[in-house]
Amino acid sequence: MAVRVQSEPFDPGAELSGFAQDRTDIGAVVSFTGLVRDDAGTLDRMEIEHYPGMTEKAITAIVDEAVQRWSLADALVIHRHGPLAPGEIIMMVAAAAKHRVAAFEAAEFLMDYLKSRAPFWKKEFQRDGSTDWVDAKVDDEDALKRWSD
Amino acid sequence: MVEVMYFAWVRERIGEPREKLETQASTVAELVDELRAREPRYAAAFADLSALRVALDQELSDFDAPLKGVREVAFFPPMTGG
Repeated sequence: MAVRVQSEPFDPGAELSGFAQDRTDIGAVVSFTGLVRDDAGTLDRMEIEHYPGMTEKAITAIVDEAVQRWSLADALVIHRHGPLAPGEIIMMVAAAAKHRVAAFEAAEFLMDYLKSRAPFWKKEFQRDGSTDWVDAKVDDEDALKRWSD
Repeated sequence: MVEVMYFAWVRERIGEPREKLETQASTVAELVDELRAREPRYAAAFADLSALRVALDQELSDFDAPLKGVREVAFFPPMTGG
C-alpha cells in the first residue's frame, strides 16, 4: 500500500511498472490517471490546496477500506497539490487484485471517495486574470451512495 | 485553547489560514456563532453552513458535534479532489 501527497510531477508509467512487481498472485491491475482539463481553452493553471496531515490520513483510510472490501493485493494513490498547468497529471490510483472485477471496482471506489472525502480544493486561474474555486458536484456526492449498500 | 483552520474560499474570506482561539463554545455550531459575532468577514464566511464542512482533529465531523477535548477545528467548502 502506498499513499503519496506531493507537489512534484510523477511518471505514471514508471509508477505502474513498479506497482505490484514481482508478485505472482495478482491477476489484474487497474489504474486511473487524472489530468488538468481545459474545456474552453482559457485556463492558465489550476492550483490545488490541501490540508496537510488530514489529507494523508483521509486517503489512507479510504485505501484501507478498499483493500479490505476487495481483498486487494496492493493499492497506490498519488495526488499532487500546488500549481498545475493544463494537461498536467494531477493524480493516479492503482488497484491490484486476483481478478479484474475487484480491481476495476476498487479503482472506481478509490476515485469516488478521493473526489469528495479527501481534503483537496481546486482553484482555476484563467488567462484573463479571473479565478474560480471549482464547485463540488452533486453527482460526486451521489456517486458515493452506490458503495454504501 | 483551540486551533481553528480555514481552507479554500473560507480562508480567503477570513483572510488568514489559521488562528488560536479561546472559546466557551461546547459545540461546533456555538463556535461558529462566536466567530460570526466577531467581524463581518467571519459572518460572510459562515453565512451559509450548508456550503461548509468541518473537521475535528482531522476527521470529518458535523456542526452538532461537541468540542470537548478537540484541539484542531477546520472549516472548508466541500472537497474537490481527484
